[in-house]
Amino acid sequence: MAGSGTAHLRGEDALLSVRNLVVEYHTDAGTVQAVSDVSFDVLPGETLGIVGESGCGKSSMGRAVLRLGGMTSGEISCAGERIDRADEKTMRALRRDMQMIFQNALGSLNPRRHVKEIVAEGLAIDGVPKAERDRRATDMLEEVGLTPERFSDMLPRQLSGGQAQRVAIARALALRPKLLVCDEPVSALDVSVQAQILNLMEKLKPEFDLTVVFIAHDLAVVRSVSDRVLVMYLGKVCEFGDSVEVYDNPVHPYTRALLESVPLPDPDRPFTGSPLEGDVPSPLAPPTGCRFSGRCPAAQERCARSEPEIREVLPGRFAACHYPLAAAADLPDPDARAAAADRREPQGREHEPTGRRPEGA
Amino acid sequence: MTEQSSSEQKDPRAVKPEPLLHVTHLRAYLSSRHGVVKAVDDVSFEVGHGEAMGLVGESGSGKSVMSRAIMGLMPRRSDRTGSVLFKGRELIGLPRKEMSEIWGPQISMVFQDPGRSLNPVVPVERQLTEGMRRHLGLGRSEARGRALQLLREVGVSDPERRLRNYPHEMSGGMCQRVMIAAALACEPDLLIADEPTTALDVTIQRQILDLLRRVQRERNMSMILISHNLPLVAGRTDRTAVMYAGRLAETGSTRQVFESPRHRYTAALLAATPTITHERHSPFRLIPGTLPNPVKPPAGCRFAARCDHFHGPCHELGPDMTPVAAGHHVACADPVPAPAAVGARGGEHDGR
Repeated sequence: MAGSGTAHLRGEDALLSVRNLVVEYHTDAGTVQAVSDVSFDVLPGETLGIVGESGCGKSSMGRAVLRLGGMTSGEISCAGERIDRADEKTMRALRRDMQMIFQNALGSLNPRRHVKEIVAEGLAIDGVPKAERDRRATDMLEEVGLTPERFSDMLPRQLSGGQAQRVAIARALALRPKLLVCDEPVSALDVSVQAQILNLMEKLKPEFDLTVVFIAHDLAVVRSVSDRVLVMYLGKVCEFGDSVEVYDNPVHPYTRALLESVPLPDPDRPFTGSPLEGDVPSPLAPPTGCRFSGRCPAAQERCARSEPEIREVLPGRFAACHYPLAAAADLPDPDARAAAADRREPQGREHEPTGRRPEGA
Repeated sequence: MTEQSSSEQKDPRAVKPEPLLHVTHLRAYLSSRHGVVKAVDDVSFEVGHGEAMGLVGESGSGKSVMSRAIMGLMPRRSDRTGSVLFKGRELIGLPRKEMSEIWGPQISMVFQDPGRSLNPVVPVERQLTEGMRRHLGLGRSEARGRALQLLREVGVSDPERRLRNYPHEMSGGMCQRVMIAAALACEPDLLIADEPTTALDVTIQRQILDLLRRVQRERNMSMILISHNLPLVAGRTDRTAVMYAGRLAETGSTRQVFESPRHRYTAALLAATPTITHERHSPFRLIPGTLPNPVKPPAGCRFAARCDHFHGPCHELGPDMTPVAAGHHVACADPVPAPAAVGARGGEHDGR
C-alpha cells in the first residue's frame, strides 16, 4: 500500500490539490513520517471523506492543508493558489476561502468571548464594518439553528457540545469559504446530537456552495456524507474511489478489513468477516514494502519487498495493492489481471487469498 | 437479565432460579453545585449466571453511575438506596472491608481508558499478580505462571516480555488486553466492562469485543457490557437494556431490542445511529430536544418531551416496566407496535 503514484488524480478541475505531501514530526525517539508522499484532489462541490485508524496521518493532512501544522515537502493548492508557498500575508487572505472545524468544538472557541463575537471574528479580521458584521453573525446563528436572541450573548462554557459545534460551523461559514475541512467534527458527540450536526452540514453544503474534506475514523459517518473516500493506513493511501462503491466492494484488503470491523446493529451478523490480527506497527519504524503487509490476510512474499504503486484497479477505483480484491475479469489493467491470476497459485503460502474475495466482485 | 416491576410479581425467586445479580429499585444520587443529580433513579433488573447483558444509553443516561453503584465505587458525596443482591448477598450497606473481598474474585471491572486505569509506575507482572496473591493466596512463582497463562488467553504475544513492560510501553489495545487479563485474574463471576473499546481503533475494538465474548463464554462468566454505541452491543450480548435519563426504557433479548424495539426512544436512537449501509446524503431521523434536567426530572416518562408519540398518559407513567413479549419489557405508554414474532432468547449466532 503506497501513497506514491498519481493515477487517481483528476488535476485541472480540482479545487484542492495535494501533491506528494510529506509531514514529519521529530521526536526523541526519531522522525515519524505521519504523512508519507500522499496525493489527492477534491473537485468543487464534492465531499471527500478521509478515513483511517489513529496514526494514519489523516489529521496531520487536514492541518497541513490549512497550514496549521507544518509540512515537510509537497505541494498544496486551493483554487489555483499555492498554499505551501504563500507568505503569511497571502495566507491570511487565503484562509478566508478555507475554514476548518475541529473535534473539540468547545476547545476551539475563545472561552472569554460571546457567541456573536466568536462568529463575527473572522469578518472583523476581514475588515467588514461593525453593523454588517452583527447582521451577518445573526444570520449565521439562524442558519445553524441557534436562536440569536438566546445565544448571541452566551459564553462558550454555557453551551452543550452540539451547540458549540454549531457555533464553530457558524464561525467557519460566516466568511463564505470555498473549502471546509472538518476534522472529526462529530466524534465527541452523542448519537442523537451527531445526527443533528450531520443533517445540518448536509443542509448547509449546497446553500453555501461548499467543497468539504471530511476527516473521521467512524466509517459509518463518513459514508453518510462523502461522495468520494480516501482510505489511509500509516501515512499512505490505500484506496480511493466513489464512496458507495468503495464501501460496497472494497478492493484493498485493508479497506475490507476496516469495513468488516464496524459492528452492525444486527444480532445475527454483527461482523461480516474475520477480525484483523495484530496491531498497527509503530510509525517510527514502518514496515518495508506495503505498510499493511504484516497484517494483511492476502499478503504474499512480494508485498513485504516492494511498495505497491497506486493504480486504477476498477474503473474510477484506485488502490495501492499488488493483489487487489477483485475478480480478474473486471480488472482493466493488464498488470492487475496478471496479479489476480498470480494469486490463484498461492506459491506455498498458507493463505489462499482468492477465498476471501467479496461476493459479486 | 429480567427486571421486575415490584407491583406485579411478589417474589420472583420463588418461581425462577436465583439470578447472579438482582438489582431492585436502585437509586444513585450525586450531589452537585446545582442540586442532587438523580443519575440512577429507580432501576430494577437481573443478570443471570453466564449471561452477557448489554447496557446502552447516551451520555447522561446514568449507565456508568449504575455500574459504579453496583460495584460500590460511588463518589463521596453521593447516596445509594435500593437493593443490589449478588449471589443472594446484599451489597448495599456492606462495609468497605467486606466489599474489597468482592472486588476481584467476585465482581471485577474493565474501564474505558486502559492507559489511565493501569498503574503507570508498576510493571505488568505486578498488576496482574497482586490480586491473585492477595485473594487467591498464590505464591510468587505460581502467580507468575498464571499471569503468563492469562496473557496468552487474552491474545498477548510474547507474554514473558510483556510482564516486564510498563503501561506506557504498550499500545492502547495491548493495555486493554492486560486490563482484561487483570480483571479475569481472580476468576470473577461478574465482569463489568464500561465502554471497554471506546478509546480504541476499530480493528482493535473488534479484537477486544471478540475476546470479551470468548472468555465470557469459555468461563461461563456473567458480563455487563456498557456502551453508548448500540451496534457494538448487538453481536456480543444475550440481553440488552436501554437506559435513558436515569431510568431503564427497555429490556429484552438482544434480538428483540434490535429487531423490534418497542420503546419509542430505542427506536429513535437506532434510527439516528449511522451504519455503514446508510444511504449517502440521506438525512438521519432526528430526536428533537435535549435530555431533561437530572436535578428535576419531569414526572412520568422522561422521554415524553422529545417523543413524537407522547400523549396524556405519558406524564403518569411510573418507573415500572410492562411486558410486551416474553422476556421483553418496556416503560412506554404507547409502545411501537409489535412486528411479526421475534425470538425471546439469544443474541447472536456463533457461526460467522
